[in-house]
Amino acid sequence: MNKRIKPAGMQKVLIRRETISAYLFLLPALIFFAGFVIVPMVMCLVTSFFNYSMTEFAFVGFSNYVEMFQDKIFIRALMNTVLIVVVAVPVVTVFSLWVSSVIYKMNGAVCSFFRCIFYLPVVTGTVAVTVVWKWMFNKYTGLFNYVLGSAGIIDSDVSWLGDERTAIWCIILILLTTSVGQPIVLYVSALGNVDDSLIEAAQVDGATSRQVFWKIKWPQIMPTTLYILVITTINSFQCYALIQLLTSGGPNHSTETIMYYIYYQAFRLYRYGYGNAMGVILAIIIAVFSAIQFKVAGRKDE
Amino acid sequence: MMKKIKITPYKVISAIVLIVLAFFFLFPLYWILTGSVKTASVINDAVPQWFPLSPTMDNYERLLDNPALLWLFNSVAMAVLSMVLTCVTASMAGYVLAKKRFVGRKVLFGIFICAMALPKQVILIPLLREMSFLNLHDSMWAVILPTVGWPFGVFLMKQFSENIPGELLEAAKIDGAGEVRTFTEIVLPIIKPGIGALAIFTFINCWNDYFLQLIMLNSRSKLTISLGIAKLQAEMSTDFGLIMAGAALAAIPIITVFLAFQKYFTKGITMGAVKG
Repeated sequence: MNKRIKPAGMQKVLIRRETISAYLFLLPALIFFAGFVIVPMVMCLVTSFFNYSMTEFAFVGFSNYVEMFQDKIFIRALMNTVLIVVVAVPVVTVFSLWVSSVIYKMNGAVCSFFRCIFYLPVVTGTVAVTVVWKWMFNKYTGLFNYVLGSAGIIDSDVSWLGDERTAIWCIILILLTTSVGQPIVLYVSALGNVDDSLIEAAQVDGATSRQVFWKIKWPQIMPTTLYILVITTINSFQCYALIQLLTSGGPNHSTETIMYYIYYQAFRLYRYGYGNAMGVILAIIIAVFSAIQFKVAGRKDE
Repeated sequence: MMKKIKITPYKVISAIVLIVLAFFFLFPLYWILTGSVKTASVINDAVPQWFPLSPTMDNYERLLDNPALLWLFNSVAMAVLSMVLTCVTASMAGYVLAKKRFVGRKVLFGIFICAMALPKQVILIPLLREMSFLNLHDSMWAVILPTVGWPFGVFLMKQFSENIPGELLEAAKIDGAGEVRTFTEIVLPIIKPGIGALAIFTFINCWNDYFLQLIMLNSRSKLTISLGIAKLQAEMSTDFGLIMAGAALAAIPIITVFLAFQKYFTKGITMGAVKG
């Protein structure tokens, strides 16, 4: 190329040079991202239209999707998952907002001490946390039966994880303890960033602390609340490890979640296509929930 | 200006509730640690012993009959490799996404954000097939590669890189520094705290990503400590002493890392939440 370089041309050359060097910097990240996130995502979507197993691979159109909504266990799993989300998301949000509003004004060391404690179950790791809870829920040697029995709340030992009525609530309880850590960190930081001069001005005008909270702090921490709602929703929808380690979906499918059922179909029955179709539906449901939260929270903002 | 602190009944009650809750959150860890040194007869007694009166190392000895230290090593190796690779790739990508104006920047960043909002676990089935195809199934790379590919790191480093003053980059260019030198000598020192945050964040997440490890690793010698404990639990479900020893071995290293780098970690979480 033997172009005369005019200012505009110069600009073009510069942009091209910037673009090339930028992509060279991006290349390593892009290779990993494209190879191990984008490719499997596309494969997930495509194979959801196939009867895909160890031995078969045949296009079946929407039949995986149709089958899903006639599959009683899937419907049960969907209901359980929604129950987990509907209980866990508000409780986690309110709980962490309350804890944060109590601790964020404390002096630095005390505040980070409490923040650490509530974060501990996350760091400890799902497996370690779950096995100890499993022991505490144990019918014969667990703490729960002993403590509640001594306090006279229950008459006979309860098989917490083996009873259809209690199992899912045990799962939700553990999920709550492992979910509040991150929201508390976020809320503490968001509340700390609220403009102090606004609060002081309101106090001078005689606002009560309740008014200060709802009229000044709440709108300012709204983006954080929204983010917390979305991540908690995503995490609760994907509840899997607790189920696998505690109940394997039982008793009588009462703790079956979508994620667990996907795992069961794909890695026990080797029905990859069917599993992927459920995965696509799960992703869509999560997207819809997030969109609703954006709408609702966004409106309150104004 | 000192604010006047009034002691109201609400404050007293909330302090009490908070302390009770803190105990509740600490208790599982306490129960793991004490359970791991209790004898079988104490553990199988219906009346719990709140404090281990006759501590024993027996559970740990039995734990070491399994390749528990190898599992621990696998966990560390996997988390460290993921951490290093993520930090290198994400800091380079985050820097250009924040500071360079190039063709396709907006689209690319949009794709990163969208991918981040999707549920990660949904892609595990195709990921497993891909790893089998690449002959990486049942090796630690099957866990490391997707961990590095996850776009959160790029997003976080972009957030941190926004703080790099443009004039500094201009000055470097005028002084004739090449792209690579600008990156290593000017950009890296500025985003160092961000890299610290990302490093610790990736380490802990990789360590605790049980589902991914479960799908990708099979043979007994390839397991991570989390998987190993889960396996022990599946094999001998009521030997709680042994399982608690395993849980302690899994939890103590990661908690130590967390406490040591807590400041960075908190920063990583909060920066990741700021809207981009």
